[in-house]
Amino acid sequence: MNRMSTDPRKTDHPTVRPQKIRKNTVRTRLIFFSLLALLLLLGSLFSEQLAPYDPYLQDLSNAKAAPSAAHLLGTDRYGRDMLSRVIAGSRASIFSTLLLVAVIAAAGTLIGVFCGWNGKRADTILMRISDIFLAFPGLVFAMAVAGVLGGGLHNAVIALALISWPKYARIARSQTLAQKESAYLKAARLAGCSTWQILCRHLFPNILGPILVTAMLDIGTMMMELSALSFLGLGARPPIAEWGSMMSDARGLMTTSPWITFAPGLAIFLSVMIFNLLGDTIRDYADPRSRQ
Amino acid sequence: MEAVLQVKNLSKTFARKGRPDVRAVEGVSFSLLKGECLGIIGESGSGKTTLVNMITRLLDSDDGQILLNGKDITRARGRELREAYREMQMIFQSPAESFDPRRTLGDGIGESLRNSGMAAGQVRQKTAELLQTCGLTDGFAGRFPHEVSGGQCQRAAIARALAIDPSVLICDEATSALDVTIQQEILHLLNDLRRQKKDSLSILFICHDIALVQQFCDRVLVMYQGRIVEEGLPDDVIRSPRHPYTQRLIDSIL
Repeated sequence: MNRMSTDPRKTDHPTVRPQKIRKNTVRTRLIFFSLLALLLLLGSLFSEQLAPYDPYLQDLSNAKAAPSAAHLLGTDRYGRDMLSRVIAGSRASIFSTLLLVAVIAAAGTLIGVFCGWNGKRADTILMRISDIFLAFPGLVFAMAVAGVLGGGLHNAVIALALISWPKYARIARSQTLAQKESAYLKAARLAGCSTWQILCRHLFPNILGPILVTAMLDIGTMMMELSALSFLGLGARPPIAEWGSMMSDARGLMTTSPWITFAPGLAIFLSVMIFNLLGDTIRDYADPRSRQ
Repeated sequence: MEAVLQVKNLSKTFARKGRPDVRAVEGVSFSLLKGECLGIIGESGSGKTTLVNMITRLLDSDDGQILLNGKDITRARGRELREAYREMQMIFQSPAESFDPRRTLGDGIGESLRNSGMAAGQVRQKTAELLQTCGLTDGFAGRFPHEVSGGQCQRAAIARALAIDPSVLICDEATSALDVTIQQEILHLLNDLRRQKKDSLSILFICHDIALVQQFCDRVLVMYQGRIVEEGLPDDVIRSPRHPYTQRLIDSIL
């Protein structure tokens, strides 16, 4: 009795409290990282207004200047303001990544649902093709494809899209197979739905969750790979401001003016981290066990 | 009496890799008469569900013929099959799984009506009526399958099956997943519906519980290893079983 009065938590229901706290943290994290991601998106959308200088304006008399009050992140070898270039580069990096992830998620899902629903020979053929893609190291394959297509940001996106869809096809296929025999789809059939209606109205909303979570987690990875291709000269080409190509451009000056490499590197690091943490949080939030 | 559903010599064999084929259903023939409740009884694995899936065309039959109101639907597809589903509906074994987890019960009940071109307002009204007929309040239309009990969900499933006024209702173990008390409630509901609809509703009642069949059905078929081994009035079958399997079935509950 005495002990209970000194520690009031002992009298509470021990199973209720931790759950409540956990849910709140997941929701708080979700709001926090969504806001950060939104900020990033808005920043890249209004990059022209935000950049203090013209990112392509050269000022050779002020080249390779260290960070100062006038140029917060210094200037590069042509005297262009690094902060402006990093802000301008966000548009190329972030929007091409989002487009890429949207395309591979959509294409992979379509292929996966088709395979899972129809089965038979088309399924076998498409899945063996996806096995081939999955068996190669992705970036090396993307380099080969981008090399064949020639440089440019468009071709880098196409190259990465070509090699990245199988992951989504696999998820969509396994989800479709798991749902295919369920009673609610049979009930929909009996309610007079055509196959197309069953797929769109019933199957698709029920398999969307895991695909969405994978896509969110993939944004960071794809941003890295896109920057990597640009770094290798297979993506965006100078003078276009893109984080990967900016780093590549400055790598010879690493010892004398490290800020030119450091600025776009930091930008990649921060945005990849924000999108990864957002993806992680969405996965936690979508997990029904954490939403009890 | 006129037959609403005729099944002639229906067969299904499942091929298995490296093992002998399974003859799930072998040459099953029967007729469901107008206004009748026909029970099909048999142990698990006897082919009841395969038979039902073939009749509802969720599964293709290998051989045989299915006539619904005199129309051959054995190979019906697309629009023709959707027409057939306006005459034939099914209640599934597990009520909660037979509703889309992401949609409300009302949405599921009204789906067949919407597919047949009824306006949204009318659908809402008809759904509310159906829910009331099946002993639920119209507030259940807005609930999700995981928010209601098994018995309530099965009532909603019955409402869904009755939505487009079918002439044949197939109950595939419709009460097996429920508690014994809820089972009785659902049977009472089905009995009430039979009384209301009289000859316009015929029921095919698939079950493994001979007591329920005796209580509910006009006629019973006993299925064993994919074949129909006995047919007759439930009381006659129970009093003087002719097949050894029927004898064992009755012994097991007495």
